[in-house]
Amino acid sequence: MGDPKGFLKIGRKPPPKRNVVERIQDYRYIYDTMPEDELRGQASRCMDCGIPFCSAGCPLGNLIPDWNDLVYRDQWREAIDRLHATNNFPEFTGMLCPAPCEPACVLSINDKPVTIKEIELSIINRAFDEGWVVPKPPEKRTGKRVAVVGSGPAGLAAAQQLNSAGHSVIVFEKDDRIGGLLRYGIPDYKIEKWVVDRRIAQLEEEGVEFRTNAYVGYDPSTEELKLDFDAIVLAVGALQGRELNVPGRELGGIHLAMEYLVQQNRRVVGLPILTEPEITAKDKKVVILGGGDTSADCLGNAHREGARSVQVLTHGPSPPEKPDDLTWPDWPFIFRTYPAHEEGGERKWSVGVTGFSGSNGYVEKMHVVRTERTPEGRTKPLPGTEDEIDTDLVLLAIGFTGPVRDRLLEDLNLKFGAKGGIVSDERFRTSDVPGVFAAGDAKLGADLIVTAIAEGRKVAREVDIYLMGESLLPTPDTFG
Amino acid sequence: MKTPNAGLYDPSYEHDACGVGFVVRADGRRTREMVEQGLEVLLNLAHRGATGSDPETGDGAGLMIQVPDAFFRRECKALGFELPPAGCYGVGMVFLSSEDEEGKDCGGWVERCVAEEGQRFLGWRDVPVEPGEVGELARSVMPRIRQFFVERRGLDEDSFERKLYVIRRRVHKIAHERSKRYNLVREDGSRCYVASLSARTAVYKGLLTGEQLPRFYPDLRDPEVASALALVHSRFSTNTLGSWELAHPYRYMAHNGEINTLRGNINWMHARQSQLESPLFGEDLEKLFPIIQPGGSDSAAFDNALELLTLGGRSLPHAMMMMVPEAWENDNLIDEERKAFYQYHSALMEPWDGPAVIAATDGRSIGAILDRNGLRPARYSVTRDGRVTLASEEGVLNDVVPPEEITERWRLQPGRMLLVDTEQGRILHDEDVKRSVIRRKPYHRWVEEGTISLKELIDAPAPNGQLEPSSLHERQRTFGYTLEDLSILLAPMGRDGKEPDSSMGDDTPLAVLSERPQPLFNYFQQLFAQVTNPPIDPVREELVMSLNMSLGPEGNLFDETPEHCRRMLLDHPILTGPELEKLRQLETPPFKSATLSTLFSVEEGEGGMEWALEELCKGAEEAIREGVNILILSDRGVDAEKAPIPSLLSTAAVHHHLVRAGIRNSAGLVVETGEAREVHHFAVLVGYGAVAIHPYLAFETLADIVGDAGELEGVSVEEASEKYIKAIKKGLLKIISKMGISTLFSYCGAQIFEAVGLEKDLVDRHFTGTASRIGGVGIKGLAREALERHRRAFAEIETNPAGLDVGGEYHLRVQGEYHQWNQTSVVALQRAVKTKSFETFKEYTEHFDSESARLSTLRSLFDFRRDPIPVEEVESAKEIVKRFCTGAMSFGSISKETHETLAVAMNQIGGKSNTGEGGEESERFLDERRSAIKQVASGRFGVTTEYLVNSDQLQIKMAQGSKPGEGGQLPGHKISEEIARVRYSTPGVGLISPPPHHDIHSIEDLAQLIHDLKNANPRADISVKLVAEVGVGTVAAGVAKAKADHITISGHDGGTGASPLSSIKHAGLPWELGIAEAQQVLVENNLRGRVVLQADGSMKTGRDVVVAALLGAEDFGFSIAPLVAVGCIMMRVCHLNTCPVGIATQDPVLRKKFTGAPEHVINYFFFLAEEVRQYMAELGFRKFDEMVGRSDKLTMRDTIKHWKAKDIDLSEIFYRPEVADEVATHKAEVQDHNLRASLDNEIIPRVRPALEDGNPVRLCMPIRNINRTVGGMLAGEIARRYGFEGLPEDTIRIDFKGTAGQSFGAWAPKGLTFVLEGETNDYVGKGLSGGKLIVASSPGAGYEPEDSIAVGNVALYGATAGEAYFRGFAGERFAIRNSGAEAVVEGIGDHGCEYMTGGMVVILGPVGRNFAAGMSGGVAFVLDENDTFRSLYNPEMVGLEVVESEEDVDLLRRMIVRHREWTGSEIANKVLENWSEYLPKFIKVMPNDLKRVLQERQAAELEVVQ
Repeated sequence: MGDPKGFLKIGRKPPPKRNVVERIQDYRYIYDTMPEDELRGQASRCMDCGIPFCSAGCPLGNLIPDWNDLVYRDQWREAIDRLHATNNFPEFTGMLCPAPCEPACVLSINDKPVTIKEIELSIINRAFDEGWVVPKPPEKRTGKRVAVVGSGPAGLAAAQQLNSAGHSVIVFEKDDRIGGLLRYGIPDYKIEKWVVDRRIAQLEEEGVEFRTNAYVGYDPSTEELKLDFDAIVLAVGALQGRELNVPGRELGGIHLAMEYLVQQNRRVVGLPILTEPEITAKDKKVVILGGGDTSADCLGNAHREGARSVQVLTHGPSPPEKPDDLTWPDWPFIFRTYPAHEEGGERKWSVGVTGFSGSNGYVEKMHVVRTERTPEGRTKPLPGTEDEIDTDLVLLAIGFTGPVRDRLLEDLNLKFGAKGGIVSDERFRTSDVPGVFAAGDAKLGADLIVTAIAEGRKVAREVDIYLMGESLLPTPDTFG
Repeated sequence: MKTPNAGLYDPSYEHDACGVGFVVRADGRRTREMVEQGLEVLLNLAHRGATGSDPETGDGAGLMIQVPDAFFRRECKALGFELPPAGCYGVGMVFLSSEDEEGKDCGGWVERCVAEEGQRFLGWRDVPVEPGEVGELARSVMPRIRQFFVERRGLDEDSFERKLYVIRRRVHKIAHERSKRYNLVREDGSRCYVASLSARTAVYKGLLTGEQLPRFYPDLRDPEVASALALVHSRFSTNTLGSWELAHPYRYMAHNGEINTLRGNINWMHARQSQLESPLFGEDLEKLFPIIQPGGSDSAAFDNALELLTLGGRSLPHAMMMMVPEAWENDNLIDEERKAFYQYHSALMEPWDGPAVIAATDGRSIGAILDRNGLRPARYSVTRDGRVTLASEEGVLNDVVPPEEITERWRLQPGRMLLVDTEQGRILHDEDVKRSVIRRKPYHRWVEEGTISLKELIDAPAPNGQLEPSSLHERQRTFGYTLEDLSILLAPMGRDGKEPDSSMGDDTPLAVLSERPQPLFNYFQQLFAQVTNPPIDPVREELVMSLNMSLGPEGNLFDETPEHCRRMLLDHPILTGPELEKLRQLETPPFKSATLSTLFSVEEGEGGMEWALEELCKGAEEAIREGVNILILSDRGVDAEKAPIPSLLSTAAVHHHLVRAGIRNSAGLVVETGEAREVHHFAVLVGYGAVAIHPYLAFETLADIVGDAGELEGVSVEEASEKYIKAIKKGLLKIISKMGISTLFSYCGAQIFEAVGLEKDLVDRHFTGTASRIGGVGIKGLAREALERHRRAFAEIETNPAGLDVGGEYHLRVQGEYHQWNQTSVVALQRAVKTKSFETFKEYTEHFDSESARLSTLRSLFDFRRDPIPVEEVESAKEIVKRFCTGAMSFGSISKETHETLAVAMNQIGGKSNTGEGGEESERFLDERRSAIKQVASGRFGVTTEYLVNSDQLQIKMAQGSKPGEGGQLPGHKISEEIARVRYSTPGVGLISPPPHHDIHSIEDLAQLIHDLKNANPRADISVKLVAEVGVGTVAAGVAKAKADHITISGHDGGTGASPLSSIKHAGLPWELGIAEAQQVLVENNLRGRVVLQADGSMKTGRDVVVAALLGAEDFGFSIAPLVAVGCIMMRVCHLNTCPVGIATQDPVLRKKFTGAPEHVINYFFFLAEEVRQYMAELGFRKFDEMVGRSDKLTMRDTIKHWKAKDIDLSEIFYRPEVADEVATHKAEVQDHNLRASLDNEIIPRVRPALEDGNPVRLCMPIRNINRTVGGMLAGEIARRYGFEGLPEDTIRIDFKGTAGQSFGAWAPKGLTFVLEGETNDYVGKGLSGGKLIVASSPGAGYEPEDSIAVGNVALYGATAGEAYFRGFAGERFAIRNSGAEAVVEGIGDHGCEYMTGGMVVILGPVGRNFAAGMSGGVAFVLDENDTFRSLYNPEMVGLEVVESEEDVDLLRRMIVRHREWTGSEIANKVLENWSEYLPKFIKVMPNDLKRVLQERQAAELEVVQ
């Protein structure tokens, strides 16, 4: 720890953001960079705790105190090594992770936490700038072949890890580009796509093979895959959106959020829209249902597209402003304002949807009712509070129910758990078919990107053990 | 005597300490009077001995006299045989088995041996005894006591003495063989124990008290028993498994103290045997082996060696000087010849190191020598007619020798000797004795010519890493380096030159339970001194410490030739690369080195290492036979095929192999290893025989981080290496000093460690003699760990990115070592106590206790034998919580808010909180914030009489779990106004707690402190806090005999305060072992009923409490858990004052962040009690007391899968001694403190008018050395009524006459004045709290008061206020830890004013060495008439000034005037009469720290004025 009294001298300073008026004009990354000495001051606030709750709160077990200290002491080169030791893609998490480490920071008990996420991102940015991130192909190949199905963060992490252990890894992606949600789920203003490309290029140079437009189950078939590979990792994500079963749902202008986001992401980078109908928020009275990350992504996109108005409606009541003191170091249930919320729109709480109506097969009105939360934690409508909202675009961002049950999953005869994820044992092994592993959202249901990378690392070790009998691949809770 | 090992008790860890003394007539006239005076001395030392469970059975007493010829002649004649002329026959005193047949049998061997050795056996005499006079226990093990007589045949006097020695050794060996063959209980053959066999001396001793000795042996009362000298001893042993044999004197000596390096000394003596040659013994020599009789005590072993040296041709003083050298290494005041003598002899024998006074006689001369640090008292007086009395105390012959007859009254000084030669009729002082010995041979020239310092050798190029086939990184991984080794250990050492600190104990698994490969070093825990001998302060008392080492073959011990000192000298054991190369290049005599590789082939797997080790040992033996005398064991050259044998294993294996082969002394071991990096590693390597170590990888790593990481910004590679070496050196000094050892040379091979988790076979073979009590990993397991590390280092496919292991030993890392206190356990506990949810609490305890919990502690391996009853039948939680205490955490180490929160909580539930060692604000004494337990630690901060009387329990902290054997330091910036007030010190001025209590240098001193405290507050229980280590049971038994009411055994893993990392990790043992051992030994000795036994050290759950109770604890201490309950999140920055939750900090901003409340603590303890109840119900106990000591209810968990833990054997821990029903197994009776005998019982009724109404009272009374702690009870009475304020000055004045016993005037508060005509023993004015003490010799004394000793050692220790005027000298450590008293004295010994923080001292005469070491406050004025002071004081923390300010001059003069008034001092008179002449000769000693603070304060005041 560089400065034991850093936290007493310096207050938390969050990363600077571009101003709202400017940023909603484009899809560029919304954060600015912090001057280096200021950043190092922020890093000096880390107390190098005997129990680093931040690290324990990080699904990857990032060595946060270590690299905070290295940044404070201007040791960027060591910092990126320490960061890469636990995290394959710090730029992804640095930009996209909600950072459960920060509420877990000991300073969160009675002060403001260290700006861990910002420091993480600065380290990896610096490393790319300096040319320190170079492909490291393995020195030796084992001759084993591993198929990774899905190229989201879990699949990519698993691929890189397995490749480094000398296995030949082929990543199958049903879409036309690698990246999964990173590519077509998350808006550019949160992660510009060249950031993803940069990593994919590294992986390719390390020897990972990518096959796009390869919808496993069809091409190749499940049988072909099984024959061709010594092990299969299912990292297909959990993209099945949750439905809202109310009258009028079938009307036009009501879409699952992901349908909108995929189109929007393609539009931003100038790719053709492949699905019908085309969904746009431009000049629309947009209503977004649900209050999470996906909802916020829809919100940000809607403003950038030039929506007439946007309302974000949540079923339950508004969360409290302050966390319960017993929550630390866990993720607190509090009212959160994402950057997208700063950009406009109206948030409403305790709104239940009873149905939609419209004309010409298109939605015009949404019928709602006020809800209240019972002491048991259920939400129920309050009679006599019925109301209507004018709308011509409704986006359902109310969660996901697990992986899309496609042919591959059917062929493998998998079991699915209560949250919709593929059931596997503690060694990530699925079903009765030996050598088939599941990881990430596909296994857990929709979760954080950091969890996905962690899953990818863990499954890689398990696959390595399965193939070789032992493994030196590190995971979040082991070190080689 | 050895009793069978049972459970954890091992008799080889017994200790003793005692009273010792002799009387002698220099003219050599044999008189009856001398024998009687010897017995009188014994009687007056009775309080230094002890008794066990049977108050009539002493620990041992004895007397050695010259052979009383007339008496024996008469007796033998009556038995029917004539004795030859005096000197022509020898007398043997034998203890035989009491059964007749065995006795006869053994008698037969004696006769046979005598005959075979060509001497004539004359006959037996049954020594008359009166068994009715001794205790029952003593009687039950009483031997048959006989004497036999041997006539000298064809030999001169000296040869006959040697022959008798040979006969005795042969008899013992036969007995030993026999007992082994028949598997007899006493395997040392003590069924035939020859207490003495000599033509010159005879020993009478036994399991007796001093008083019983003449009653038991009618011989000693016979008027014809006469002698010119008498050596006596009264023993205080740490246990009572009584032994007649272990009573002193032995054949040559009696001893008070302890030999700490014993294991090494015995090993080295054994190793030396094969090289012995002596024309004096000739063929007989082999009959003497082994020289050190197995199974003896440290004193017995010392006696064996002394006897060999003396009979081998050296004079008695010469032999004693060899074994107990002065601290010559760093003392520039010692003359060159003397230094050369010691240096020469250091090549022959390592010091027998430890606190000791040794009195010895060969029947013609008698003398005594004191250890180099002066840690035992030895006072002597000489009469006009040449009689000399020397004893542990002054005043032992007061009744028969009036002061008028005494011409000299003095003390033995550190390292000094006194000898009385009755043949020449001379009394020889140190200089006189030693001069002739030192000049025997041209040692100085021999040393100049023979020794060569490593520095003088021509430089050799170092190979550095380039020759290594593998990269730095691969090698770091091979040797298990972690990122923490770099950032937490090496970088700070390379930067700051010291070991890093940490805090909050150690919560990682024991090495044997860790799932990560552990270095072998981690299986070894450092031992440390507690109670039976003091640790040393290696910083403040550096004078006595030495790291010097040397290399080269050792010569025949009996010879003295120039070749004997052909040694290569090393300043310390850490070699740089170039230094090692110098050694490696030595190829021609006198020095020839060889390098042996300690690598093994990976291909051969686990068995490969064992094979390689055997080859290595063979190779070492061959090399030596070829003339190699420096063996370099090297693990250089690791690569993908070759892995290193753990360096400790290769070192210890070679060492013991060579010892067994009898050629160990032919070569020195040097270790070149990549493994050793932290202080502990080096200590263990030296402890198992390495003389020097080159940690090449540590150096390479340092160079690497200097270059790369910038952790060592601005430090060059050279500087970093130097600093690193410096840090290791400091650390080594600390480790050896915590065992009370001063020289690394005698630590080498001394094996001051306990192994935890290593298989018995492995330890017996390669670490022979080391305790390893729970079994564990064998050699294959160690190989597995080595291979595991190797595999990671050389894996063909690298992980990405390639980094070192995170470690996580010190700060938790999720990828690293497991910590019990982690994100899950801390949070669950905090939520449970805040929400008062027992379910959440169960989540917390599940974390440690469930089947699936990570195994980290020994107790996690335990399971219970269940016998359930309904939980409703179990005693209530309200009762159980009363057994809970919070641990000793001082106000100063933790914030006021935290301290008071804990106190309030404990008072509410009826438990107890503990002040810790920082005192308590007097406002808290009587309200809810009061701590019931008041700690008395070595610093005595805030220990006033008022503090003592306001306690329920007084806890003497002998050691603390996180750093046993070490002192502490509170830096100035932590000492706020408030803290300074409570500690009686100055804000901003740093405070030091010494490693030892300077009034506890041995067990009888502890008994004295217990007595002192009990006197001050008879209502308080006296507790003694110990730390678990092998032998703690024996220490606990000693402590129970020293009259403690309560004993705490702390585990190694607890500890909240700041401590050096290596101490947190590597010293002390789990409390499971400590409690079990204490319980077993206390029960076996029938002492358990007298004490409450408390377990302490990182206890967390109800299960922990139950386990501790089943092992024997009935009271429980908690520190970390309650702190976590009030918000601690284990930051481990207690030492930095930056605790972010306001607990371990004094920063007002951070203190505001404290959110803990008493309810949190209360909830925690009630949950804990509730959980205890659940377990009790499962086990079938209704009452807590029923559960205590029921270790039969424990078993080992049968579900253990851990590969290392599987081989652990817990049966010794679970052993339950079989004792009669009436033997208590928990606290059942009240200690008898014998306060009735206190002189204060006479005083108090006579001073009632003063006590009750404040009317002045003046008394006169006689006093003797057996009157101890005079004034202590009265002090308590005054403080209870009047607090610290006391009474008006001189309200009570008592004039005493005589020699006062120890602790005269202890605790005296204001208003109490003692005037003593005579002198005192040690600890006068201990804890003086405002009273006034005057000591001046009687006007008629035959000696000059200003040249004589007036008060003993360690006067005014921990005084907070008051005045003292002593006419004459004080002993060593005058006014040590004084924080407020003002004193005048006319001369003092070594270490004066050490650690002083306040008050004033005027010294009107000579001072000893090391004056003002660690003095951070107060001032001293020294009259430096001979201009010597500048070479005697310790300049580290003080500056010298002239006395010039008006204020100072007035103060000094006023003090001297008062001194003259009270004592009639002639020096004072002379100084005052010639004031202007003397004033310039005074030097003012001013602490730098204090000066700085005063200047700052002055500057601040000036600012205000302006």
